Amino acid sequence: MVAIEVKNLVKKYGTIDAVREVSFTVNNGEIFGLIGPNGAGKTTVLRIISTILHITSGSVKILDYDLSKNPDEIRKMISYLPEDAGAYKNLKGKEYLEFIARFFNEGKKTQEIVEKGIMIADLDERINDRVDTYSKGMMRRLLVGRALMTDPKLAILDEPTSGLDVINAQEVRKIIKNTAGKGTTVLLSSHNMLEVEFLCDRIALIAEGKIVETGKPKDLMNKYNARNIEEVFTSVVK
Amino acid sequence: MSALGNIIKKELRELLTPATFLPIIMVALIFGLMGNSIQGVQDVAKEPPIIGVINEDNSSLSHIVNNILYNNSKVVFNSSSINDKQTGLRIVKQENGVALIIINHNFTDQILNGQQGTLEVYWIMKGTGLMDTISSSVVEYLITTINTNISKELIQTNASTNKTNATVILEPTTKLETTYLKDQEFVGLSPNTLSQILFSQSLFIPIIMMMIIIMSGSIVITSMALEKESKTLETLLTLPVKRTSIVTGKIVASAIIGLMLAIIYMIGMNYYLQGLQFSGGGPSLSKYNLVLNTQGFIMVGISLFIALIAGLALCMLLGTFAKSYKSAQTLTFPITMLALIPMFITMFVDFDTLPLAIKVFVFAIPFSHPMMASRALIFGDYTLVMSGIIYVTIFAIVTISVVVWMFKTDRILTGSTRRKREGRNLITNMFKLRRF
Repeated sequence: MVAIEVKNLVKKYGTIDAVREVSFTVNNGEIFGLIGPNGAGKTTVLRIISTILHITSGSVKILDYDLSKNPDEIRKMISYLPEDAGAYKNLKGKEYLEFIARFFNEGKKTQEIVEKGIMIADLDERINDRVDTYSKGMMRRLLVGRALMTDPKLAILDEPTSGLDVINAQEVRKIIKNTAGKGTTVLLSSHNMLEVEFLCDRIALIAEGKIVETGKPKDLMNKYNARNIEEVFTSVVK
Repeated sequence: MSALGNIIKKELRELLTPATFLPIIMVALIFGLMGNSIQGVQDVAKEPPIIGVINEDNSSLSHIVNNILYNNSKVVFNSSSINDKQTGLRIVKQENGVALIIINHNFTDQILNGQQGTLEVYWIMKGTGLMDTISSSVVEYLITTINTNISKELIQTNASTNKTNATVILEPTTKLETTYLKDQEFVGLSPNTLSQILFSQSLFIPIIMMMIIIMSGSIVITSMALEKESKTLETLLTLPVKRTSIVTGKIVASAIIGLMLAIIYMIGMNYYLQGLQFSGGGPSLSKYNLVLNTQGFIMVGISLFIALIAGLALCMLLGTFAKSYKSAQTLTFPITMLALIPMFITMFVDFDTLPLAIKVFVFAIPFSHPMMASRALIFGDYTLVMSGIIYVTIFAIVTISVVVWMFKTDRILTGSTRRKREGRNLITNMFKLRRF
């Protein structure tokens, strides 16, 4: 079953074409990566799918809901993690999770959601400390916990390991893998080609607002006779 | 370029921003406006006051009074009979005059017999602002001149040898004052006294209003900027919550904080004003019916609350343009100005006496209405207060709708396209794939 269906998506900011005729599909339970350099249009695509930017033309369907017509329904099923996001600095880690959980307490008790968030973030006693005392890695883990604690049907993660050290980045990747293993569809963006090779079932290479190649990492490496996705990307955009 | 020159150039580029200059330019403009206002006051003071005179005492000392009044005023009504008092008042009012002065029939005899001569002064006050008392102050000055000249006359003619005492020589006249203001009669009060009473009584709300708006408005704008800066707004916008709830939640929370700040401020201010009343004494406000009744208090409260909501909605709207904490500081400036302008105008000038263009300007500022409400209600001007409440309610609804609309558009996140253009320039560099 298809979780995301993007057809001929165009996004313009005034005269600037940020996204040009982008089309791709993501299947249920799949980890799909949008790969490309900074400014390629990855974040714009993710923001559109997260319902916070409007499309100029084309269509996007998320779990059978039309993005333009049913954004409120879509928001109940998705979770978005922006790149370099923060949290409310005056709140403690647990309080922040409780704040978010209260928006999703239909059918599931808030406390259960929070407990799951605490488990994913894995910050031990520091979960009871104020957010402004957290390191970058702790903050990211809290936010990943926040994004995944609600058991979203679709998790949209913008550069989930950006700026993290090797240990923290690996931890976050494991969490994402586990979440997808439990049925959550993951759409993520990254410019770290090695990371997506390890993490993603399928990837789309994006440059200058266009998708230039789509496929499984291994298939693409074979197709371009490359040792890794980095080399695939270089071959494609040359 | 030397290292020092390079650093200076960089610092100037960082510092030469609208945020640096806009506040000081606005302050300079305000000083300019204040200078013009003071010039205006001086011009009004130079104009001879328009008065009416009824002289029932055709004797030597009343001639001194007459001469001074005629030489320094524009006398639009003149009579020798007290029966013409109502006609005189009507004509002075019609001619936009300031006072009708009645010299009693025994004015000269009173003074020569050791009593102060009575001048009845019927003041016509057009407005309640401090500026509205300028013309009456000129007439007050003329009465002081009359006293001085009569004193001179008494001393020179030695008329006081037997019956006149020293006190009368120094202060030969006394005034029986009545002030007419907005169809109300205040017996025993001069325009200056009345204006000062009203000023001290209605000073409270403009200051409170200004403080709440500036403080809670700053909270809203800064909160929006911080939400954008830390990208918590992006997260919030993807949660299953209506945009209206986000906007309303922010406004209500800021209003609560604003009201808490106002209560703390009011407690301090109340003690201050109580201290002033104790030390100053002065006429009783209730005696002259210059206090708000329960209905009036409720209306002022409603006006204040609606204006606060409108102000915070306006701040939210400005906050949507804030990109960072620094830019938020600049955006609080227009709100500060919108709070300060009506505060000063309502303190010094009555709304009713303003020129039409300025009236429209003051009315359009939502914060003006609670500032004007208490004074208007004291004089029974319910129309101004009600129309103000209706206008500000509409203003608040429209502004909140615009903010909600802004939250539904891309502008809330993207602001302008300039950043995107810069971002796209990075593509060239990124093709080198050095980071991959």
